[in-house]
Amino acid sequence: MEKTMTKEKIIETINEFLVEEFEVEANLITPDANLKDTLDLDSLDYVDLVVIIESNFGFKVTGEDFVGIETFQHFYDFVNKRLNG
Amino acid sequence: MNQRVVITGIGIHSCLGNSVDEVTDSLYQGKSGIVLDQDRKTFGFRSGLTGSVTLPNLKGKLGRRDRVGLSEEAIYAYEATLQALEQAKLDTDFLEKNETGILFGNDSSAKAVMQAIDLIREKKDTTLLGSGSIFQSMNCTVSMNLSTIFKLKGINFTISAACASGSHSIGLGFHFIKSGMQDRIICGGAQEVNPYAFGSFDGLGAFSIRENEPQQASRPFDRDRDGLIPSGGAATVILESLESAQKRGAPILGELVGYGFSSNGEHISNPNLDGQVRALNMALKQAQLDAKTIDYINAHATSTQVGDTFEARALDQVFGEHRPLISSTKSMTGHECWMAGASEIVYTLLMMNNDFVAPNINFANPDEDSAKLNIATETTETNLNCFLSNSFGFGGTNSSLIIKKFKN
Repeated sequence: MEKTMTKEKIIETINEFLVEEFEVEANLITPDANLKDTLDLDSLDYVDLVVIIESNFGFKVTGEDFVGIETFQHFYDFVNKRLNG
Repeated sequence: MNQRVVITGIGIHSCLGNSVDEVTDSLYQGKSGIVLDQDRKTFGFRSGLTGSVTLPNLKGKLGRRDRVGLSEEAIYAYEATLQALEQAKLDTDFLEKNETGILFGNDSSAKAVMQAIDLIREKKDTTLLGSGSIFQSMNCTVSMNLSTIFKLKGINFTISAACASGSHSIGLGFHFIKSGMQDRIICGGAQEVNPYAFGSFDGLGAFSIRENEPQQASRPFDRDRDGLIPSGGAATVILESLESAQKRGAPILGELVGYGFSSNGEHISNPNLDGQVRALNMALKQAQLDAKTIDYINAHATSTQVGDTFEARALDQVFGEHRPLISSTKSMTGHECWMAGASEIVYTLLMMNNDFVAPNINFANPDEDSAKLNIATETTETNLNCFLSNSFGFGGTNSSLIIKKFKN
């Protein structure tokens, strides 16, 4: 899996899989929007998010990793930090 | 309380078609749904014969949360149930406000289980299975998912009774409505169609190897039959109290009047004459009908040597004097296993409501036992007033259902 993905590419990848997998309208995804509310996530959906992150970025996350991720920007930053340090 | 039980909706997704219209046409034409699947041969099957069933893509039709838990057979069941609900004039708003149950027959979800195990072996991490795997993998995958999707508030469980699962689901639904405990129940049967589901059955040598003639391979009651052909899909039968059906102005497709059951109490796979005869007689007794009132029997007959022989003897013992028309729709569908008891009720209701009997295709030469039966070798235009449908399963579980044309 690509380890030197740019921030822009990370955002593009995340937005693409959220639209595809979670069937959310692309225009609802903005950096400051609330991730849980926008995607209408329940506890089972977070399990699927773990799978999608692994298949797209090649690293494993746990439920605890989502603590503190409230907005899409938080989510982008979290993935960027895991990939690019 | 002794409620009359009627059928207000049916749905079907099988190798004969994906709607009641397509399936009615196939039944009337005597069309086989059997093909040769080379992938099964490569996989290690003795027989590559199978019913050909299309897997619908529900993306865009059903939301993600409702979709991810659906196993292959649950997808088929969703399609069949949508059709049945529409015919019965039942929508989700009504179901949410008026107690409705689900009793569905299913006895495996092998593909979902195998895919999950393969993934765990590869990834060494169960969290990567995703949230849907558990709901796809359990035997109750159909009743669990459909009760959630359609907001059902009544009785809710799965009947696992091998190849009689679908029939027993309708029989149990009958009693819950007859006793006044439920007003309406979504009954049916589902069967996955993939190599994982049928490998062990193939291993018994029970499948036909007439691979050079797939559409002639399923030949119930024929002297030269050499085994069954697995198939699947799903069939839904909505049972309702007459009172509720009339109050709602729902269509009435037939009246379920008898459910006979028995257990052989003998061999795990060999049939038994006494067990089948007891189920048949119980159904007649329950319906308070004489054997002569049965116009047509949709036999269980799967095209195995021993199975068809015992059923022919049982039918001759109970109905020999009257010789009703008999055919096995498995000659066209193959053996739809967990689904068969429900699909064969759907097939026969389609015959009854369209005034014909579908042929037992490929019946070229009788054997000593089937020669005693009045087997319909061609499509027969006739007015059916009352039919019986048999289903028998491994473990010696037997079920016979009797349905009459509805008269107020």
